[in-house]
Amino acid sequence: MLGKTILGAGLVLATSHMALAAGECAAGKTIADGMLTVATGNPAYFPWVIDDNPAGGQGFEAAVAYAVAGAMGFDADAVAWVRAGFDESIQPGAKNFDFNLQQFSITDEREQVVDFSDSYYSAAMAVLLRQPTVDAGAEPTLASLKTLKWGAVASTTALPVVTEIIAPDQSPLLYDDNTNVVEAMKAGQIDAAIFDLPTALFLSAVILDDGAILGQFPADRAANPDRFGLLMEDGNPLVACVNEAIASIKADGSLAAIEAQWLQETTGVPVIK
Amino acid sequence: MSDARPTRRQQYEANLRRRALWRAGISSAAFVLAIIILVPMAPGWVAVKKSFFNWDILQRTFPGLLKAFVWDVAIFAWSMPLIAILGLALALARDAHSPGLFPLRIGAIAFIDIFRGIPVILVVFLIGFGIPGLGLPRPWNSPYIWGTVALVLTYSAYVAEIFRSGIDSVHASQRAAATSLGLGHGDVMRFVVLPQAIRRVVPANMNMLIALQKDVALLSFIGPVELLRQAGVYKSLLANFTPYVGAAVIFLFITIPATRFADHLLARQKRARS
Amino acid sequence: MKLRLVDIDKSFGANHVLKRFSLDVDEGECVCLIGPSGSGKSTVLRTVNLLEPVDDGQILLDGVDIAEPGLDPQPIRQRIGIVFQSYNLFPHMTAADNVKLAPRRLLAEAPAALADRVGGLFETFGLSGHMDHYPDQLSGGQQQRVAIIRALAMRPEIMLFDEVTSALDPELVGEVLDVMRRLRDQRMTMIVATHEMDFAREAADRVAMLDGGQIIEQGAAEALLTAPARQRTRDFLRLDRSK
Repeated sequence: MLGKTILGAGLVLATSHMALAAGECAAGKTIADGMLTVATGNPAYFPWVIDDNPAGGQGFEAAVAYAVAGAMGFDADAVAWVRAGFDESIQPGAKNFDFNLQQFSITDEREQVVDFSDSYYSAAMAVLLRQPTVDAGAEPTLASLKTLKWGAVASTTALPVVTEIIAPDQSPLLYDDNTNVVEAMKAGQIDAAIFDLPTALFLSAVILDDGAILGQFPADRAANPDRFGLLMEDGNPLVACVNEAIASIKADGSLAAIEAQWLQETTGVPVIK
Repeated sequence: MSDARPTRRQQYEANLRRRALWRAGISSAAFVLAIIILVPMAPGWVAVKKSFFNWDILQRTFPGLLKAFVWDVAIFAWSMPLIAILGLALALARDAHSPGLFPLRIGAIAFIDIFRGIPVILVVFLIGFGIPGLGLPRPWNSPYIWGTVALVLTYSAYVAEIFRSGIDSVHASQRAAATSLGLGHGDVMRFVVLPQAIRRVVPANMNMLIALQKDVALLSFIGPVELLRQAGVYKSLLANFTPYVGAAVIFLFITIPATRFADHLLARQKRARS
Repeated sequence: MKLRLVDIDKSFGANHVLKRFSLDVDEGECVCLIGPSGSGKSTVLRTVNLLEPVDDGQILLDGVDIAEPGLDPQPIRQRIGIVFQSYNLFPHMTAADNVKLAPRRLLAEAPAALADRVGGLFETFGLSGHMDHYPDQLSGGQQQRVAIIRALAMRPEIMLFDEVTSALDPELVGEVLDVMRRLRDQRMTMIVATHEMDFAREAADRVAMLDGGQIIEQGAAEALLTAPARQRTRDFLRLDRSK
């Protein structure tokens, strides 16, 4: 934490001195010279990437990637995309990308083995279930949530929310990825699961025939609020440049514009009491 | 109490044994010493030790791992008898000669071919998710039930082939002797062939059991929080691989004695045959 | 006539083992079959017991053709007992269980009566102390005697012996031949394929010499074995050795 503060202060100083000349900061620090290699999930979901086509620049994370790249001096054709699994990306070790954006939450444990940029989005966590469960009396209160059968993706920050904040009566079932969690929900093996709000909205509207969002945990609820960061290899010298770029797109309002364009539906969801 | 001086041969062999013991002891000690001294000197050992052999984390996570292991044991315990029964039934169906039983025979052949031909994990997904996905009510859609079904279907195909080979290995003269007494096919199988066949393939079936002990971990993919999944959760929580090492140790605790036991049965059988 | 084999033909693939083979066996008669390996002795016995189906010909048991294709062999096999060269005892059962298995499953005999009868059989043939032993705890001669008792327990009308002493040490042959002599004395109808010429001379009513799937000579035991008419028989019995 302290290190990050110092780094942040240093960046502010640095940006006042350095012009963001094309590629100056990132020169020599990318895997491929002159190219920025960005990774995302396989498949990449709405609304983070549209039509599983990150190169199209459509979708919140695709747009953020191009914005950050641009601020670092890489224009659109200097960006190359690769795919990487969620689990494999948060392992220690060398990466085949410069940075990866896949709704990674910044956590201290993960910080020990990989590096994160500053946060580009703060996500609320939402409870996804099926309409029949709502009809059977589920309510957006902790007491009601405790009685449901929960599922979660084992390596995500959703699991601690389930086990520590909700602390359900029946022990949760765990899966490898979102798809399996949704399968289990369709099969009636679990009643409810937690996802970041945009993902939950997508799953509810498109993947599940009878999906419903019961409520959300606001971003500041958990001890470690869910902030998404760009994931990079541990000790990657690119971190400073990336943070510079993020600071600049926050400052000039382009990040807010991207968020407004792609994530404007995230209002009107009741808060879990 | 010995009643005679040791023979020349016995003295020679006793000497040989003594020398052999010395040599084995010294080389083993040297080997262990080398490992203890040289390995920590390797670059990166500190990092590996921290990542994989972190004693502190092992202590913290071991109770949780053991608790999760109970599920593996339970799944194994209720799968095993079902596999034995279905495997035997398939083996008998596979060799059914009566024309009226032809569909049974074709069915058994198809079953065995299919379930030996698909990776177990694929069967676990197809059946563990697919069948409950057809809309079964709780608790009939439990991943424990259908995951077990997947394991039972797959393993009974292998066990069926093992039983078949056991049945084939019973010499034709046994069947001839039983038949010549006037016993019908069913009695011949039940009282003469199967008892011998089943005893003969116990070592081969033990190997299957040991494989099953490990494959129960595949159910972790469809939900149950057994040992593998729990170790993974700890790994994510603590950003450390030691829980996986702990899980491996727990598995070995069960599989190594089982392997030794299977070896013992095999050796005993070899001695009995020769 | 108890048993009549009429023009039996039997081939195994291209191997024409029995060629229009005929043999009559009277009730209570002991017929010994002698001849070189491959002459068809074993095959004859296995066809009588219906272990092998015949290609052509008839097997008349009390006048009824039991070789008729499509006939259920099981009831007939109960009436004809066979003992094999390699005993073929069931290794996973005790001697007593070996003997009791088929009667328990097939005969409508009360368990107590069966136990008594089997005990009596073991005693008659000197094996009372071995009833609870497993085959691998018995000598070859003891195993073969148990095999004979096993066949007798089904109360057969005819007993077939397929070179039953050929696999035994010479010192154990005697005890098995003694059993067979007892059966002969009890007027059991017997067909014995054997190489033991002394036994044949002394125990058989008739001896038949087989060669190439046919009987080339048969007659009273003493006469055939001492002074056979056919040269082939003489060669087989090595009667012209000294020349």
